[in-house]
Amino acid sequence: MRIAAVIAVFLALIVLLALGLRLDPREVPSPLIGKPAPHFELPVLQQPGKTFSEKDLQGRVWILNVWASWCVACRDEHPVLVEFSKSAATPLYGLNYKDSRDDALGWLKRFGDPYRLSAFDLDGRIGIDYGVYGVPETYVIDKRGVIRYKRIGPVTGELVRDKLVPLLNELDRE
Amino acid sequence: MFLAVSVASADEAALDKRVMDLAAELRCLVCQNQSLAESNAGLAVDLRNQIRAQLARGASEREVVDFMVARYGDFVLYRPPLKASTFLLWFGPFVLLIAGICVLIRRIRLQGKMNRQLSEAERLRAEQLLKE
Repeated sequence: MRIAAVIAVFLALIVLLALGLRLDPREVPSPLIGKPAPHFELPVLQQPGKTFSEKDLQGRVWILNVWASWCVACRDEHPVLVEFSKSAATPLYGLNYKDSRDDALGWLKRFGDPYRLSAFDLDGRIGIDYGVYGVPETYVIDKRGVIRYKRIGPVTGELVRDKLVPLLNELDRE
Repeated sequence: MFLAVSVASADEAALDKRVMDLAAELRCLVCQNQSLAESNAGLAVDLRNQIRAQLARGASEREVVDFMVARYGDFVLYRPPLKASTFLLWFGPFVLLIAGICVLIRRIRLQGKMNRQLSEAERLRAEQLLKE
């Protein structure tokens, strides 16, 4: 009887440990979910004379993807985004984070440009407002300008299929 | 002139100290086992500059911490706040400690009882042996 109790406690601890090890410590829950997308007004990467703001997209469901030419994981993610931009109706915008303009433009030329446009966040100040800490990061923003979903790390084909597409369909109906 | 410079640098040093004290309380998100004060990762440097700019503007420590938490969540705090979701984190160890003490007390009492019974039996046996 006593031994059974000891084994039960031990197993419970093992289960807790196993659950804990399966968590990704890099995935920090964002406090921004359910909050309005922070305001920005940044020059457009391709046309420095023009600016782009989150307000330009009020009334639309859209995706903001934070990327940089120096970011290795962005390269893994890139084909998925290119594919997504071809098939999905939801507009995809980029936030080019702490990059040089030449490097960023060269990168898009080489790997393809899935973005309607990219905002140019040279010093990463807007990145801080969006709580960016591990590029790439991806935000889904609804018609009212509220952040509904955030992905830290590369977007994968499975994520698009299982999470993004259903979510975007749902948000479109709202 | 010299006085003005030394006052300015004293202010500067005081501000530096406030920045570093506050940065030591905040976690670097890219290098999770270091504080913002210890890390030289790009983001840590940016956030230290952010802390510095805000303190220099006259923001309080509390306001800077709120700024960080609004963007990165409670996770940036090395001392997490006490709320429903962190209840287990704060009190779990004490619950385990109390449970452990309860088990220990029970065992000691049980053992004490067994010892007394044993000595009683021994006493009787000793008496018997003496009578023989």
